[in-house]
Amino acid sequence: MRIAVCVKQVPEGAAKRIDPATRRLDRAGEGALNAYDANAVEEALRLKESAGEGEVVLLTMGPARAADAIRKALAMGADRAILVTDDAAAGSDLLATSIALARALEREQPDLVLFGQQAADSDGAVLWGAVADRLRRPLISQVAELTLADGVVTGKRQSEFGYDVIRAPLPAVVAVSDSINEPRYPSLKGIMGAKKKPQETLTLADLGVESDRAGEAGSRTEVLALSEPPSRGESRRIDGDGAAPEAIIAFLAEKRLV
Amino acid sequence: MDLDLTEEHELVRKTVREFALERVGPVAEELDREARFPYEIVAELGQLGLMGMPIPERYGGGGADTVSYAIAIEELTRIDSSVAITVAAHTSLGTTPIYLFGSEEQRREWLPRLASGERLAAFGLTEPEAGSDAGATRTTAERRNGSWVVNGSKIFITNAGTDISACVTITARTGEDEISNVIVPNGTPGYEISAPMHKLGWRASDTRELSFRECEVPEGNLLGERGRGYSQFLEILDGGRISVAAMGVGLAQGAYDLAYAYAQERRQFGRPISKFQAVQFRLADMATEIEAGRALVYRAAWLKDQGRPFAREAAMAKLYTGELSNRAANWALQIHGGYGYMDEYAISRLYRDQKILEIGEGTNEIQRLVIAKHLGL
Repeated sequence: MRIAVCVKQVPEGAAKRIDPATRRLDRAGEGALNAYDANAVEEALRLKESAGEGEVVLLTMGPARAADAIRKALAMGADRAILVTDDAAAGSDLLATSIALARALEREQPDLVLFGQQAADSDGAVLWGAVADRLRRPLISQVAELTLADGVVTGKRQSEFGYDVIRAPLPAVVAVSDSINEPRYPSLKGIMGAKKKPQETLTLADLGVESDRAGEAGSRTEVLALSEPPSRGESRRIDGDGAAPEAIIAFLAEKRLV
Repeated sequence: MDLDLTEEHELVRKTVREFALERVGPVAEELDREARFPYEIVAELGQLGLMGMPIPERYGGGGADTVSYAIAIEELTRIDSSVAITVAAHTSLGTTPIYLFGSEEQRREWLPRLASGERLAAFGLTEPEAGSDAGATRTTAERRNGSWVVNGSKIFITNAGTDISACVTITARTGEDEISNVIVPNGTPGYEISAPMHKLGWRASDTRELSFRECEVPEGNLLGERGRGYSQFLEILDGGRISVAAMGVGLAQGAYDLAYAYAQERRQFGRPISKFQAVQFRLADMATEIEAGRALVYRAAWLKDQGRPFAREAAMAKLYTGELSNRAANWALQIHGGYGYMDEYAISRLYRDQKILEIGEGTNEIQRLVIAKHLGL
């Protein structure tokens, strides 16, 4: 049983900055494993542990420093990693990224491909759909509970009104929700052993991705303009001195809300 | 010259920081208020391999270097000192002596349970009448019928009285002008442990007074050679200073973090107080001193990892970070104003937790004495 987990390195911390010149996310600061992907790694490890056999392979595309994100996932317990890195891949949108990832996955032939629900930087939540489509494999997304038995994956899919239970034959693609598990912390042993695990670096040429299908050339997303989020309108600040409760009640009364 | 930490060091830092924020942070105030020992956290730290970091893997430890260990202690202290000292005392004072001086048999008997965090170990040096003057130890261990019979008392001993404490290594007189270290397992008849002592800070950590009355342990519990106790405990304290110095950096950093955040939230005279130079300069000084302190600690740890002499640097790091943490806690509370004096604000706990860093494992004065000796004075 081989489980591939697609992970991404995202800027650390909650604050995001977009470079007005390139209209791209500023990735200059510290990077970290996308927290949603940690759920996918954790689920892959649990599936492997409960099956008592198998292999968890990480796959990421990004600059060479994306290896930091991989290292944490390896320290958590993944067996090996593949980093697709190529100058020509810079600026890839999800369309271009999905081609490279799909090619790498075709090479690996995993029984199951796992994704986190979205990347915390771009918040697209569509890449798994694009990859599943390119691979022509069934997809279950927003999965809050996952089981594998007899070549069939069953996912409890969170929806606004409850759960859908969906079954699909393997090989399949699953995007897990962040409520599926609580990711483990890497142990000291895992941290010390991470460096020794196999890490393969591939270029686009290695994957047979044509240069016009990668990077900016292969991307179809265009950022037309950037603007500040709309203001929330008039606001009034009431500081917490003794008169604050009366002031709040008077305000609500004025608006006929009480 | 290379001042970069390794990838492993960075990952240790990130992991322990996350753990401290997510697992320790939410309960730190409650543990402190109730003076409750953090059993659950110790168990989790054990699972992560953080209760025996520098002990070799063949004895169940993590096989990590001193720099990694210092980083872990620093990151724990940044959030909570009680948890940090529990780990540091267990590792540097409780477990390390058995690793450094124990026979192969003693190592195999004790280290796997200790390094895994399943059980805790303590080190009993300080006595009511022998603090900085550790050579004035009065506790005796007398050889009788193939046993050591211990009489005396110890005070301010960390980790001796928890439900999972396994043993204490004590310094005792084994003859005229002769000090040796002896392992006393918990539960040995004649070994009495007081109720937990009430403290200004480190309230969730376990601190006890120990008394030994005709307490008999097997002959094989002597640690290392008879009469080597004095030089053994000096060596242990040299190493222990690195972890307490790491606590100094961590506490200062934690105090800075709180002050930095508060200064941006708190508004006075129509703007956040972080916009006032008086506050900015304090934060700038704190950030600068913390960098300096951290560099001292990591260098002492690095020297130890290189197998080079580190005692002078460890004493300097302990002295500097002890006093640095005092200034940082004081300034950070000042920036909080009246709110900082209230229990609801974490800075009040850090302020109380700080003082002992200038006393425990060698007072500031003793550090100066050690440094002066190294200077040839």
